[in-house]
Amino acid sequence: MGLAVNLELKHTVLCIRLDGELDHHTADMLRSQVEEYLRKHTVNHIVLNLEGLSFMDSSGLGVILGRYKQIKSQNGEMVVCAISPAVKRLFEMSGLFKIIKLEEDEELALQALGVA
Amino acid sequence: MRNEMKIQFSALSQNESFARVTVAAFIAQIDPTVDELTEIKTVVSEAVTNAIIHGYENKATGMVYIEAAIEEDTIHLTIRDEGLGIRDLDEARQPLYTSKPELERSGMGFTIMENFMDSVEVISEPSYGTTIHLTKYLTKNKAMCN
Repeated sequence: MGLAVNLELKHTVLCIRLDGELDHHTADMLRSQVEEYLRKHTVNHIVLNLEGLSFMDSSGLGVILGRYKQIKSQNGEMVVCAISPAVKRLFEMSGLFKIIKLEEDEELALQALGVA
Repeated sequence: MRNEMKIQFSALSQNESFARVTVAAFIAQIDPTVDELTEIKTVVSEAVTNAIIHGYENKATGMVYIEAAIEEDTIHLTIRDEGLGIRDLDEARQPLYTSKPELERSGMGFTIMENFMDSVEVISEPSYGTTIHLTKYLTKNKAMCN
């Protein structure tokens, strides 16, 4: 099982929806897809929707932190939503919640960014 | 009764999924919880990814070796590569330390292994490779026994 990446721009917020497994193999693909999208579009903030994510490891943490740094360097924010208990444990272990906001679902995440 | 299996495969990133799913299918025989199964899959993914990225530096000619054994409620895993080895093990095991920040590595691999397993032993020698021994004791639901 691989990873399906769905990208949608809502106003100037890029919604990244992941379906499948995020590991070292699929992280490289996700990174290049998002980087290419950010080059071609005006994006102020990122919402990362993990509702369909069935597996993630530390390579996932790395690619998420990388995109956070990228949007932060443009004074943007990243909000993560619809996270499973297993993925939440990894976020907590790495301290990612200290810098990335968490919301229940995409609607609330967009609201938090003042878009919905 | 001790039950064992061994697999070996090319150091290719597409085999990370194969490795964790195969080990999970073997472990499933002793009825781990969903959380325990996720933990096993995650640590296999971490160790195999380390072998591919750090051991072999993404050269697919290398091989990754996994041995798994189940005995009562105990799981033993050995994940080995014949790659470059780790020069400073204490440094490598520090949370958030990575030797390859340019590849967006989080530096959480060993920390995750230590959190999800009951014991983690790393043996590494420069230019001979790295072997990781992992042990986990399942917390069996005793009510299921009768």
